[in-house]
Order: sequence, then structure tokens, then C-alpha cells
Amino acid sequence: MTDLRTQPADLKAVLSGTARTVAADDHSVGMSYLESLPRRLVTLYLPLSIIVIVLLFPFYWMALTAVKPDEQLLDLNTYNPFWTWNPTFKHIHKLLFDSYYPLWLWNTMYVAICATILSIVASVLAAYAIVRLRYRGAQWVGGFIFLAYLVPPSILFIPLATVVFQYGLFDTPFALILTYPTILIPFSTWLLMGYFKTIPFELEECALIDGASRWQILTKIVLPLSIPGLISAFIFCFTLCWNEFIYALTFLTSVQNKTVPVAIVNEFVDGDVYRWGSLMAGALAGSLPLVILYAFFVEHYVSAMTGAVKE
Amino acid sequence: MADIALQPRVRPPIREATRWEQIKSNRNFIALWFMLPAMAFLLFFLAYPLGLGIWISFTDARIGRPGAFIGLENYEWLWDDSIFWLSVFNTLLYTFVASAIKFGIGLYLALLLNENMPFKAMLRALVLIPFIVPTVLSALAFWWIFDSQFSIISWSLKEMGLITENINFLGDVYWARACVIFANIWRGVPFVAITLLAGLQTVSPSLYEAATLDGATRWQMFRNITYPLLTPIIAVVMTFSVLFTFTDFQLIWAMTRGGPVNSTHLMATLSYQRAIIGGVLGEGAAISNAMIPFLLAAIMVSWFGLQRRKWQQGENND
Repeated sequence: MTDLRTQPADLKAVLSGTARTVAADDHSVGMSYLESLPRRLVTLYLPLSIIVIVLLFPFYWMALTAVKPDEQLLDLNTYNPFWTWNPTFKHIHKLLFDSYYPLWLWNTMYVAICATILSIVASVLAAYAIVRLRYRGAQWVGGFIFLAYLVPPSILFIPLATVVFQYGLFDTPFALILTYPTILIPFSTWLLMGYFKTIPFELEECALIDGASRWQILTKIVLPLSIPGLISAFIFCFTLCWNEFIYALTFLTSVQNKTVPVAIVNEFVDGDVYRWGSLMAGALAGSLPLVILYAFFVEHYVSAMTGAVKE
Repeated sequence: MADIALQPRVRPPIREATRWEQIKSNRNFIALWFMLPAMAFLLFFLAYPLGLGIWISFTDARIGRPGAFIGLENYEWLWDDSIFWLSVFNTLLYTFVASAIKFGIGLYLALLLNENMPFKAMLRALVLIPFIVPTVLSALAFWWIFDSQFSIISWSLKEMGLITENINFLGDVYWARACVIFANIWRGVPFVAITLLAGLQTVSPSLYEAATLDGATRWQMFRNITYPLLTPIIAVVMTFSVLFTFTDFQLIWAMTRGGPVNSTHLMATLSYQRAIIGGVLGEGAAISNAMIPFLLAAIMVSWFGLQRRKWQQGENND
């Protein structure tokens, strides 16, 4: 049985549906052509559409609430709640011009980009050293880095808060820029280790014979060949930063310094019954950058997500 | 021109490598510099806080005041604290129910997405969106969907004539637990489904052809072909899923903040409430440290899952 699994999963192509599966190699087609259309309707399309609708409904509801006029929001009986014929941009306008929202968006972006770049640089160096320099104890270090990936922020935030305070970083963006890499480095090192292993060792041997230094090998041979891996690591780290909540909630106190997720939960939730429109507009605007990024890099995304599990 | 070729080439004299050059080309020395940035981050912001957290849990530290060593007092205090035990119960319930359902629906969805159909690529991309969007923001959408007065679910059920009163989704103990578990499943299913799908695509269809010729039913094919070949990846995915569900914080904080009457408090949210809002760092640290034994158990499962995977691929079990 097991010797049939010769081909490793081509993770990048999974989402696009272009993955070279085992089928393409042994010319087998599977047995799905035996099924009739009515049977496929019931066993495949019906359950699939139910699941997809449930998965996407909250976003539809978010978007709809963001453009609904206030009186329609709270009056479910006069108007059809599932649609609106007179959308308003009042909530979005309020969000952009009557609140710190653009500033929060900027904070989130700034923190996410800085933390991601720091982590990628650190993990490229570490992954290269573990995979290719194979120094004494490299395997052990690799194992420890994997363990670090499993340490969750929820058991670190209390001691980290005191550490951040001691270093005088409390309530500054640096508190997040320096602590996020602890989540990102283990993940991206692990991902890049997998990538670097696929680069033929002979290329490096040639370069060594030609007198290249390790640094030249890394920057001129290994990095250009692992650009897809770098993109995967970059966008996944960026998404993790954007998503992070507990550190940002603990380490930042002043309104102007907050990131989008924390600010929306703390600053937009007041007693007002009409808060829902702007709350949902804020949630939508905070999700859109990531969804757009995702739309451009779907394949890299999946390879990053499954890559960490694969190793 | 020919003369030049005949002249003996002038070679630089071979000299001994200096000590510095020897060190410079030493693998371990170079590796030290390559590892330095990553190790610095992990030491200062991961290993040190991890140790510090254990130390804080043995002190009576409060915000703005370093504490004195008080031994196991925090843990003894927690042992008699019914709210703490309630949070442990909630965390276990939340983790087990959510993970089991995530696994079931995720595997089912992966099997569905593995079929041939039109718009396959687009469907797969759409399914992953709940995983991309920041958890807090989708939790807010759920908060609005589960609102006590203007919930769209209550409204729809009333229109269908199934209920007469609005359901108090987040105000009732049992409904609130069901709602946060539902939101967690909603967010976790795409991750499980897409990773299992990647595993499914490595299974050769010729196995199914052979099984069909032998007269196997669909269930038999799943049970005896798909499931055994997927076991290794299932072990890893579920360990991650359990780990992240167990330590969940943001979903609860955005939807219920532990209420009503602490019925949705997880250990993470309780430790945040005690340590940061209540200011009692020592006790909060003790609560979050109480998660470590559970996490270690999950990591052991992951370890053995990986071992088994190696064995299945025919590698040495060294």
C-alpha cells in the first residue's frame, strides 16, 4: 500500500486545482464518471453549497450591515433584512473621518510589515544554517524551534508584559514589533527549512569551488531560488501579525497607538444601539486588505499553511 | 601567441592558512553568526518570559509592584477557586466539542472538494476566507448575528414559525457556549479541510478503481483506503487544531468576555481578567501555567503522530 505514495503533495497547486496528482502519472481516472447527475446533486453539490453558504454568510452580513441605513438595521419587519435598496456610506464616512480608524490601520500595517521583515531576515539566516551549514547540534536546534512554534501567546502575555515594561517599550509600536517575531520566527524558519532542502546541494558545491563565501551563496544562489517560499512566508507572517490580538490588547493602552482588531473591540463598542453600522464597517475595512492580499497569492498561502504541517 | 601558451604559469606560493582564516571557514563559527538574530529573539522574548512566567506564578506580584516569593500559595488558592475549575471545564468542553466537529466537517468538506466539478479552484479559494480574516473581526460579525434583539437567526426562525420569542443567544449559559463553539468551528473548518485536501491529493485513484472492481462500497473505500492513508496528516492537523483551540482567547473576548456568569470563560480569558484587569499578576500567571500540562500532552500526541508517519512512508524509525 504505502509504496504507491511516491509523489509528495504539490501544495502550491492544491488550491488552483492544477496539482499534478498521482492520477496524471499512472493514467487512472478514478471512478467518479460512474455517478449519475442526480446522485451528484444530492451527495456533492447540495452539502457543498450549504457549507459554503454558512462559511460566507457572516461576510455578506458584515458588508450588508455596513451600508444599511440605521432605521433599516433595527427594523426587521418593515424592510426585508436580507437586502437593502438604498445603501448609505454614512457608516464608512464616520469611520474614515470621525474616528482614528486610518491611524489604526496605519499602525497595524506598520507593525505587521516591520515585524514580518525582521522575522524573515532572522529566519532565512537560521534556516540556512540549520539545513546547509549543519553545524554541531543543528538537528536539536531545529527541534527546539519547532517546539517554540507550539508555545502559545496566551501563556506568554503576562510575563512578556513585565518584560516589555522593564525594557521601557510599553505602549509603543516597538513592544509589538519585537514580540511578534517570537510567533513568526519558528513558523517561517520551519517553512524555509523545507524550501531550502529542495535546492540541489550541487549548486552550492559548485559555488564553493568557485570560491564563493557562505554569504554569497545565500544571497546569490539560495535566495533567488527560494522566492516562492519567501513570498509564502512573508504573506503568512503578515496575516498572523494582522490577526494577533492578545499582545496588542495587553501592551498598548493609548487610543492612538492601537491596532485595528484591538481598537474596534475597545473603542467602537459603546452603549449606542446604532453602533452596529460603523462596527461592521470597521470590521469589513480591517479584513479587506488581507482578503485582497489573499486573492493575489492564494497558492502561496496554501503552501505556507500546509507547509508548516507537512514537515 | 604560441609562446605565451608555452611559458610556465606563475603560481602564487602556497602558504599556510592563518589562524583567522581557519576560524573564518569553520562551519560552527559561521553558523553561530547565522543563528544569532533568531536565537536572540527567541531567548529574550520567548525562553526568558517562559521562565519568568513560572517564577511570577510563585510570587504575589501585582501590576507596578514586583512580588515576593510565596511558594505554592497561588496554586493552592486556585485549587479552591470554583471559577477556575469552571474555566477548566469550559476549556475542555470547548476544545473537545469544537475539535471533534471541526475534524468531522473538515474531512467531509475535503472529500467534497476533492471531487471533479466546475469552478473547483474558485470554490477552494472561497472556502479558505474565514481563516484569512482576523478572528476578532469575524467574531464581531457573529456578535451581531447572535444579538439578543436584532439577531437575523431569531428573525428567520420566527418568520418560519418555529419559535415565538427571540433566542437570547449570548445571554443564556448554554446558548452562549453553543454560540462560541459554533464560531470556533466556523473559523477552524477551512484550515482542517484545506490541509486534509492536500493530503487527499496524494492518494492514487487507481486504488479506488481496484476497489470498485472488487465490489467495495463507498464507505468501505473511505474506511480502508482513504482513512489509513490520511492518518498521519490527520494526526498533525488535529494536534495543531487542539492546541490553538485550547489556548483560544480572542474569539471569546470579542463575543462574550467570559460571560454570562463566567460560563464561557476559558483559562486564557480568565488569566487575562485576573492578571491585567484585576492586576494580580501572580494568580494570572498561575492560571496560564496550568495550561502547560495539557499542551505538553497535545505535543506528545503530535510527536507520536510524526513518528508513525515516518514509519508509513517506509523511512527508518531512528
